[in-house]
Amino acid sequence: MTLSAGDLLLILPEILVVAAACTVLAIEPIMTPHQRDGLAWLSLSTLAVCMGLIASQLGNPAEAFGGFIRVDDYACFWKLLLCLVSGLTVLLSYSYLKEERLRVGEYYAFVLLALAGMMVMVSAEDLLTIYLGTELMSLSLYVMAGLKRAEPRSLEASAKYFVLGAFSSGILLFGISLLYGATGSTRLPAIGAALAGHGLDTPLPLVATILLAAGFGFKLAVVPFHMWTPDVYQGAPTSVTAFMAVASKAASFGAFLRVFVEGLGGLKTDWSFLFLLICIATLVLGNSVALVQTNIKRMLAYSSIAHAGYAMIGVVASGRSPELAGNAIGIASVMLYLAFYAFMTFGAFAVVAMLRKGDVEGDEIEDFTGLAKRHPLAALLMLVFMVSLAGIPPTAGFIGKFYVFMSAVEAGLAWLAVVALIFAVVSAYYYLRVVMVMYMREPETSTAASPRLVLSPAISIVLACAIAGVVILGLYPGPLVNLAVQAVQALQ
Amino acid sequence: MTDSFPWLTVLIFLPLVGAAMLCLFKESAVRPIAFGITIAEFAVAAPLWWLFDSSSASMQFTEQAVWISRPSIQYHVGLDGISLPLVLMTTVLLPLCVLISWRSVETRIKSFMALLLVMEGAMIGVFAALDFVLFYIFWEAMLIPMYLLIGVWGGPNRLYATVKFVLYTLAGSVLLLVAILVLYVQADTFDILRLSSQSYAPTLQFWLFLAFFAAFAVKVPMFPFHTWLPDAHVEAPTAGSVILASVLLKMGTYGFLRFSLPMLPDASKAFTPLMVALSITAIIYGAYMALAQTDLKKLIAYSSVSHMGFVTLGLFTFNLQGIEGAVMQMVNHGITTGGLFLCVGIIYDRTHSRLIADNVGLARPMPRYAACLVIFALSSLGLPGTNSFVGEFLVLAGTFLTNKLAATLASLGIILAAAYLLWMVQRVAFGVPSPVFLPKLHDVNAREAAALIPLVVLVFWIGVFPNPLVSRLHPSVNHVLARALPQPATETEAMRLHDETIGPETPPAPSGGVALARRPNVSDTPPFNGAEGIEPLRKEGRP
Repeated sequence: MTLSAGDLLLILPEILVVAAACTVLAIEPIMTPHQRDGLAWLSLSTLAVCMGLIASQLGNPAEAFGGFIRVDDYACFWKLLLCLVSGLTVLLSYSYLKEERLRVGEYYAFVLLALAGMMVMVSAEDLLTIYLGTELMSLSLYVMAGLKRAEPRSLEASAKYFVLGAFSSGILLFGISLLYGATGSTRLPAIGAALAGHGLDTPLPLVATILLAAGFGFKLAVVPFHMWTPDVYQGAPTSVTAFMAVASKAASFGAFLRVFVEGLGGLKTDWSFLFLLICIATLVLGNSVALVQTNIKRMLAYSSIAHAGYAMIGVVASGRSPELAGNAIGIASVMLYLAFYAFMTFGAFAVVAMLRKGDVEGDEIEDFTGLAKRHPLAALLMLVFMVSLAGIPPTAGFIGKFYVFMSAVEAGLAWLAVVALIFAVVSAYYYLRVVMVMYMREPETSTAASPRLVLSPAISIVLACAIAGVVILGLYPGPLVNLAVQAVQALQ
Repeated sequence: MTDSFPWLTVLIFLPLVGAAMLCLFKESAVRPIAFGITIAEFAVAAPLWWLFDSSSASMQFTEQAVWISRPSIQYHVGLDGISLPLVLMTTVLLPLCVLISWRSVETRIKSFMALLLVMEGAMIGVFAALDFVLFYIFWEAMLIPMYLLIGVWGGPNRLYATVKFVLYTLAGSVLLLVAILVLYVQADTFDILRLSSQSYAPTLQFWLFLAFFAAFAVKVPMFPFHTWLPDAHVEAPTAGSVILASVLLKMGTYGFLRFSLPMLPDASKAFTPLMVALSITAIIYGAYMALAQTDLKKLIAYSSVSHMGFVTLGLFTFNLQGIEGAVMQMVNHGITTGGLFLCVGIIYDRTHSRLIADNVGLARPMPRYAACLVIFALSSLGLPGTNSFVGEFLVLAGTFLTNKLAATLASLGIILAAAYLLWMVQRVAFGVPSPVFLPKLHDVNAREAAALIPLVVLVFWIGVFPNPLVSRLHPSVNHVLARALPQPATETEAMRLHDETIGPETPPAPSGGVALARRPNVSDTPPFNGAEGIEPLRKEGRP
């Protein structure tokens, strides 16, 4: 294997992100606290350049490093989404960190490093490379979750996330090694070919599949591997929670789909049954437990678990279809779902972060009481995000659900769509409860007593992006749908 | 018919754009602007009544554009004789809703008016949509505005009522979504017209019917899914009650007529005994419950359950009179019940009580108000000469042809309606007003009169001269019947009876639509002329 300039050009976005992260780390100690704001702008401009580069790679699939990395439309789709979310995270953190008095320059370096890991995850064609990307992402996130050093809850979140994350990485690695034992390769195309060749002579590939499913299950936060999610999401700083809930989930789905479609496509009848069970358990548990939450970050944590369940429907459906990728809508529906989910969940967390003022934590649902009076615009935005999360048209959330349910019905799983939709009604109850608290309850304390809410320019941009995504993609999803369908064709 | 002007797009999006524009104005300017937008909307809708070609069953004013290419979802809208009156009714009612909320809504008036306008756009979208996904999006998009209208501006128990409303409706409509997707997998299209021209396996029809039923029966609401209605009505602000009763309930029956009957004819036929039984139960149970109410809004809410029972009963007669009567009843109920809710709203603004016991003896201090109340009450109980008589009579006539027992039981509902409405009128209009409230009882002012008079005019206009409406309905209903009737033999039988019962004929109208041509015995049947048909019978009187 030789290194060529062409290979490096292909991974230029990743290189840029890592270089920016190193620059941030290098110059941060010599900057005055005031100058450190410039680090955010450095990160943002890097991300903007990366997005331009990735967009230019669309439509020109190529392999680098002898096939360890594949830059195809599928990878570009995820990378664009991840860069966008990372940019929003930087913007959100810009004012949120000041409110939390967390003036940490390294913060932006961690965001960029996590992003680099995620970008590797979604474009790697090799299980070990995927593993490396996963670890880079996870290690950065462990640190970010514990950034509120003075707060026990944040430390607990970090420790819990680290222990369980490390455990899941071990399981993932074990699965990879078993698969290597069974097929003699860690490369996805080679594994795919080996498994397609002689089916299930030994139970080894099946055991490896289960271990891989469990390992990815932790990253995706699906039941029964979800235990860490509520505590970590609640304890971590809100901007980090938003980043974890959206970007890390999207990247994990990106890698997960590639592994199971390209590598383990031969075992699809087996894993689709496994994921069917996981999917139903996730929908039932995520939605039911979210009903009784009083903390909005915890509620959104369970909601993110439930949404992983909805996305999982598309995975199950694609496993049931005669054609795994190709023209079947299953995998594309998962990608669309995650893209829509990114906008609405990030928007909701941004509103939560906005409510953080002075001594008010602002993450209890009660804190939203009478928000429509205090800050009508914030309340309206939260209303749209909640309606979208509940999957009510004309929002992006509905279009996302529409496509996963369509894939389920096409795969002959109409009953699964019915079950999922019944739990969508359950979810409407807890999402609309936030709306009810904002619009239909009067604030108990006088308006003067609660802190005045001001929209900082950075958060305004975040909210504008999120709301534009939710509304425009809800009304005109066509181009994104075509992009996702085109991206799925790239999966072999 | 192709028309260069995008009538329906304007009708759907004018209120939505208007709602967005309201944000730019001061609170004080919002009321006249919202009123202006609803009037402009009516001005756009009104010409459709005359432009509509009443000899054709095909969709008119159609517009079609690709919205999402994969899977093919179209922005496809159009009107036929069934949806045209409903769209017009909606555009008539919305200006009245704005007028009645002029003073009674004080807080957050800008949001309130914006939500009313959003509702208007979505409601017209539901009636005009010819793509099933488009229909579903409009259908669901109304949920949140209505949730907010009840929840923010509603009465003391609004939180309970509004959550119940949303969860009930949502639970019903999610099954509709699955049904839409299953149909898509079967027919590879979301186009309503194309879906209606295919036939599906009986087992599939059975399940699809149940899914449709879940969505539509909750919306109608049919017994036993009606319990959200009294709660929502009582807590909703006046304009919310009017929209809910006059338009939203019609969407359920419209759904049965537009989707269940033509797409699932076999299942519809098989479920007829159940549907008839539920309709009869709703008619009688709703009327009995109305008799027992002390709250005016609750009384009208239960009377709605009863009157909507007539609509579902008429739909599942599978004959021309029954279905035409049902559509007439949909329009008439919208007008009459809308009027009654406006009346309750007007008195509530004065006494801040909806209890019958608090609002007695209004005829002397408020003679004009009492006159309107009496007119709407008489229309609601189906007095000949008012609009509701036409619809209820046709439904009963249609039912009598297919099920004499059901017709007899349904007539009982009319007698009960006379009882609870006249009793209500007797208490509210006559008697001695309470001295506490007497100083507040000033008669309707010009604004309130402007809200009531259009409906009074419609009550008599449709009551005396229903022919223009019936003639527009006729080809479209025939078209549905041609799809829905599995046995042409019974059809001819029904037609023969129909001719004998109804009397004079008009010359046959040119047949329209593919389905009509496929079944010649339907297209040969001359159209039923409502006004002429009813006239001789009306002289004989009825119970």
